[in-house]
Amino acid sequence: MIRLENVHKTFGDNQVLRGFDLEITRGTSMVIIGGSGTGKSVSLKCVLGLITPDSGKILVDGQDVTKADRDAFLARFGMLFQGAALFDSLPVWQNVAFRLLRGSLARPRDEAREIAIEKLRRVGLKADVADRFPAELSGGMQKRVGLARAIAADPEIIFFDEPTTGLDPIMSGVINDLIREIVVEMGATAMTITHDMTSVRAIADNVAMLHGGKIRWTGPVAEMDASGDPYVEQFISGSAEGPIEAVR
Amino acid sequence: MSPVVLLARLGRAVLQTLASTGRISIFAASSFGHMMRPPFYPREFLLALLQVGWLSLPVVGLTAVFTGGALALQIYSGGARFNAEAVVPQIVAIGMVRELGPVLAGLMIAARVTSSIAAEIATMKVTEQIDALVTLSTHPMKYLVAPRVLAALLTVPLLVGVGDIIGIMGGYIVATQNLGFNPAAYLKNTVDFLEWLDIVSSLTKGAAFGVIAALMGCYYGMQSGRGAQGVGRATKSSVEAAAVLILAANFVLTGMFFSL
Repeated sequence: MIRLENVHKTFGDNQVLRGFDLEITRGTSMVIIGGSGTGKSVSLKCVLGLITPDSGKILVDGQDVTKADRDAFLARFGMLFQGAALFDSLPVWQNVAFRLLRGSLARPRDEAREIAIEKLRRVGLKADVADRFPAELSGGMQKRVGLARAIAADPEIIFFDEPTTGLDPIMSGVINDLIREIVVEMGATAMTITHDMTSVRAIADNVAMLHGGKIRWTGPVAEMDASGDPYVEQFISGSAEGPIEAVR
Repeated sequence: MSPVVLLARLGRAVLQTLASTGRISIFAASSFGHMMRPPFYPREFLLALLQVGWLSLPVVGLTAVFTGGALALQIYSGGARFNAEAVVPQIVAIGMVRELGPVLAGLMIAARVTSSIAAEIATMKVTEQIDALVTLSTHPMKYLVAPRVLAALLTVPLLVGVGDIIGIMGGYIVATQNLGFNPAAYLKNTVDFLEWLDIVSSLTKGAAFGVIAALMGCYYGMQSGRGAQGVGRATKSSVEAAAVLILAANFVLTGMFFSL
């Protein structure tokens, strides 16, 4: 279980998180929605320790993330970045098997390559992609490689940062379906941030609405449309009228 | 402008300089710490050796050969004013080995390697590749910084050594082909005149300049701001800082070796 309690984070004069509280139950898929610049990515990076919160607690299975052994802690996570964040200098298979080629999860090179190719197949890519470089792939293929890298070491927890940004609707659908399938198949806990409502409906078990640095509403995805929360309603309808200012 | 405002600006500038010096010192200490402790990344180190050392050889060699040739012409024409044309081999040798070889190699490395490291790391930062490294349990200081700094520490002295030889050969070619020097006498004068201290100082400078060049590239790359402008600013700042620090370090090292 992942729990964030009263997390605050400020960058200069910009107070991004102002008492962020959220609980994600093991084996469920939580999607955080909210406008651009509301702190969705910051909350996710705080859990991973990429950003240190100013105050508040972040617990994973009851353990404070700031006190956990970093290597063991991160070995439980997989992450798909918004732009895939593939390493340009490495071929695709080495990107996917990055974690399997070094550190505590290191395996023989041949075995790591086999696992990488298997994971590439799992996300719908053929083995001949393995030896290509990220720059030779389309945006959709890069996202798939990023997804393959995120699941390469069979993590317990997977984070998805804007998984469909920049993709056409068909490719977005493919990525959403893949994420849902993989999360269910692996029994992983997932935390996704997005403002794509199609993704929300495809991926989420539960949804949390973030605005003004706080969670305004959280509940099962089935209840989202009837939440009665003005922030959620405005966000779902995409209306300029409502409590969320259209110009931020 | 009132004296108080002037004093405040001066104070702010001094504080900023001290803060930057502190941050760079901590970064340097951290990179050396990571260099000593496992895990090590041999593939990254070998790639850095290739990038910093082998691929810099043409630019360092060309700079040295032209500088050595020009130096021979200058010393010959300058020396002719007081009938000292014969000192061309000695002055070319000492000039190349003690000063021009290491400084020009250092500046070429700053232009070629510092800029490339800063742009690469800054782009990785902007595209979240550095964050991706962390989530993959890989420390960016170990994976990106330590191999590059170690490669520069080891290869730049070699480049300087090769540059010194090529520079002296540039002077030799000009002196023997254009200025009428005897080839054997030129080489003998060169070898006889050089001392071990000249060579040690040259290689030590090379090691120091290499570390400065790689550290500045890594530091400014890691500190890069967002977007293309951030990458551009990081690259520019890294080359400026490396060039100035190389020249300052040259002054200090020259003082240490030859003023005692």
